[in-house]
Amino acid sequence: MTAILTVDDSASIRQTIKIALTGAGYEVTGATDGIDGLQHAANARYDLIITDLNMPNMDGLTMIRELRKKPSYTGVPILFLTTESSDTAKQQAKAAGATGWLTKPFDAGSLVRVVQKVLAR
Amino acid sequence: MSITDPLDVFRAESQELLERIEEGLLDLERRPDDGEVIARVFRALHTLKGSGAMFGFDALASFTHHCESAFDRVRKREAAATPRLIEAVLAALDHMRALAQRPDATAEGGEILLTNLRQAMDDEGSTNTHPPSSKTWRIFFSLPTDCLINGTRPLALLDDLRNLGEAEIVAVTSKIPDLAQLTPTECHLAWDVLLASSEPKSAIEDVFLFVISDMVLEIEDVTDRGDTLSTAPPQSDSPAEPEKFETRTTMAAQTVRVPASRLDELLDQVGELMIAQSRLKQASAASADSNLRSVVEEIERLASVLRDSMMFVRMVPISQLFGRFRRLIHDLALETGKQIEFAAEGETTELDKTVIERLADPLIHLIRNAADHGLESAADRLAAGKAQTGRITLSARQVGAEVIITVGDDGRGIDRARVRAKAEELRMITPGAQLSDHDIYQLITKPGFSTAAKISNLSGRGVGMDVVKRTIEGLRGTLELSSTPGAGSLVDLRIPLTLAIIEGLLVRVGDGRYVIPLSCVEECIELSPELDMRSTGRCFVTLRDCLVPLLRLRELFAIENPPDPHQKIVVVSTGAERVGLAVDQILGHHQTVIKPLSRFHTNVEMFSGATILGDGSVALILDVMHLVAEGQKQEGQLRAAG
Amino acid sequence: MSLEQSLEHDATGHLQVLTFDMQGETFAIEAVMVREIIDHMPETNVPTAPEMVSGLANFRGRVIPLADLHHEFGFAAAGKTLHSRVIVIEIVLDGEPTLVGLKADKVHEVTLLELASTENPPRVGMRWRPDFIRCIAKRAGDFIIVPDLERIFATSFETDRSIAQQFTQH
Repeated sequence: MTAILTVDDSASIRQTIKIALTGAGYEVTGATDGIDGLQHAANARYDLIITDLNMPNMDGLTMIRELRKKPSYTGVPILFLTTESSDTAKQQAKAAGATGWLTKPFDAGSLVRVVQKVLAR
Repeated sequence: MSITDPLDVFRAESQELLERIEEGLLDLERRPDDGEVIARVFRALHTLKGSGAMFGFDALASFTHHCESAFDRVRKREAAATPRLIEAVLAALDHMRALAQRPDATAEGGEILLTNLRQAMDDEGSTNTHPPSSKTWRIFFSLPTDCLINGTRPLALLDDLRNLGEAEIVAVTSKIPDLAQLTPTECHLAWDVLLASSEPKSAIEDVFLFVISDMVLEIEDVTDRGDTLSTAPPQSDSPAEPEKFETRTTMAAQTVRVPASRLDELLDQVGELMIAQSRLKQASAASADSNLRSVVEEIERLASVLRDSMMFVRMVPISQLFGRFRRLIHDLALETGKQIEFAAEGETTELDKTVIERLADPLIHLIRNAADHGLESAADRLAAGKAQTGRITLSARQVGAEVIITVGDDGRGIDRARVRAKAEELRMITPGAQLSDHDIYQLITKPGFSTAAKISNLSGRGVGMDVVKRTIEGLRGTLELSSTPGAGSLVDLRIPLTLAIIEGLLVRVGDGRYVIPLSCVEECIELSPELDMRSTGRCFVTLRDCLVPLLRLRELFAIENPPDPHQKIVVVSTGAERVGLAVDQILGHHQTVIKPLSRFHTNVEMFSGATILGDGSVALILDVMHLVAEGQKQEGQLRAAG
Repeated sequence: MSLEQSLEHDATGHLQVLTFDMQGETFAIEAVMVREIIDHMPETNVPTAPEMVSGLANFRGRVIPLADLHHEFGFAAAGKTLHSRVIVIEIVLDGEPTLVGLKADKVHEVTLLELASTENPPRVGMRWRPDFIRCIAKRAGDFIIVPDLERIFATSFETDRSIAQQFTQH
């Protein structure tokens, strides 16, 4: 099964993502911040990572950079969540190695669409 | 794993976020330039808005948006966290709290709050839109060379294009370097695509949404040209996808929010396990099978580790509670017109969750008291040669199996003469009675006592220190007042770490077995025949020249069968007061999982709960608070008589 | 209070009950309340508790009160015999679902009572407090008493309270 790691300090967002993607047949694991996310990523193999950018302890950008340093996460799609329509956030995240983004608020349908979009079927 | 209702999760979370915002704002009052705090407030507002919108709390999301924008500017140093802005957002918090209750919640007054906020700083938002059409498109694109590393799948993009309509796709391989120079993780391919689609151009661009800003993308409307793809035949396609591993292990080190009731159930089950384990141990003690005995020992060890972990799971830092008081102090300062500084210490001290919840009200009351009665007005303080700003401190520290929480103020202190006068007026004491300072402070915690000359908005309302004291005692804790005239007062609350499990002394009275909380036990002594003789008909024993009230549990429990010849006295205390409890036998130490008594027995005051013993039978837990109070009564009667 | 209002019953006008004896009289309680019937439960006495609920027992790791209705109906306290049982019921007391062990001298069966055969307690000529009885059913020449447990238990809280008040007023 396709394994997805969702990194967000908001339990409700993790929960929503989990519900939406579990419903679409993915296996979803949650992590609470960048450090937790890195730990999960090191302990298991994920096909896709969805992360928030603003998080305590370690923010999303730093986590993405760290992930991209690891050979096993080269090429693994990383989506970040953003409420900002500004391009700076996107550029920063992309420069850090993110694959794409999801603009909050999103509904389950658009989440699944974006996930399917970045995961080659 | 069961999935809880996301709405509940959201509600719980939004409350936490609001508390975090509030705490941050109050911190900013003192340190308006603290970038970390500003970032924290922004982040919490941002999350609140984002998850609010996701859960359909649109009113909350759009309202929060304005606060977030304001803090975004503060964060970017385009604006300052002025007291006016902080005040405006603080005022807005209660509104958000109301909106966070239900997705369709509406609350009045939002406009005024926003006007306030806007006046505190101006802000605007923006939006985007797109138009549609239908045709044949020629699309040429190449991706940034690092796109594969960054997780972009060219195949997925091509799939997306195919989903838009009939697509002919040819890979352009001309840019691929020689094998010697080729880095397999780099993408050097380009694609030439002919797409017949009724979708607008923007849909094609959307396919490339995530890479469009750093790729080459040419989209041409060729509907009227009849273009064909001229480029060389398709070659073996793009570089290999990163390898996949067959197996994966998923570590679940994430934080899980669990309803407290489920923890309680778990604790009950652990309690049952402990009981079953102790029965198993008894049953196996007779067995000669050493194999069995070693398994039993192992289970015993595991069960106690499990119990300890269980206790640990229920512990939460007291900061959860202290955080709320910052706002309270802020409001109190406004209401009383006094200047109040608040300092909290030991916020990482952990306590059982249930205990923390039950401490909120008593602490609010104590803090109100301190602000209202304790602290003087700025003018009075200056006149008394003190700093203009009064100080309320809240500290927590763990000492053994207890947490000591202290509420302190540097106000005027307790006026003993006034307390005494009031107590005399209320006929609680006889005029001119000899009273120690301690006795006088105790009077304040008696029912019906209130020294407030005028009932203020803050601490009047008929709820007095007696209620606080009762609540604390309900937590098996104690309350101690101390005060220095002119320099301030302290209230010490000693609270057991957990409500659920206590160390107990198991005793026998008649045929019944009872548990005395070990934390209250001072010593056990033999009730020698001489001592017994001397105390017969009296309710006291002499203990190292001190007269200690003696309660014969056999009499209290109306037990008829003859007493053991060698009665024991268990001396128990609650801080300053002591009482001796005469029992038939001391059976030993018992770790007790406390079970509450049913509605039928809540008024049986001598017992605070029950527990299940190793043999499965039920033993009652003595309410030491109540017994000591009974002892005090005896002492009072003796004093009155003598 | 009429029976139809106070008791749940199925469409055929039957009420499913568990019947049991106290001092030779047959009583019935609604079967839906019954959680379990226990042969033997070691009882812990609660000194100073009201007589009706002077005991506690361990029911699957939970401490539950044991209620003895004998006194309420003017019988001598329940003794222990080969046939005595504890019926564990769940009942809402003061808004809280509560498990209570009910002492019975003998437990008979789960059976259907015909509502047509039940009548409200007569106001006069009864040995028992009329408000303690929901209704009386006739079956094969015998009377079956359906006690009003909520009402009976509530009185124990009342006396309990007044005792507590007297105690503190001293």
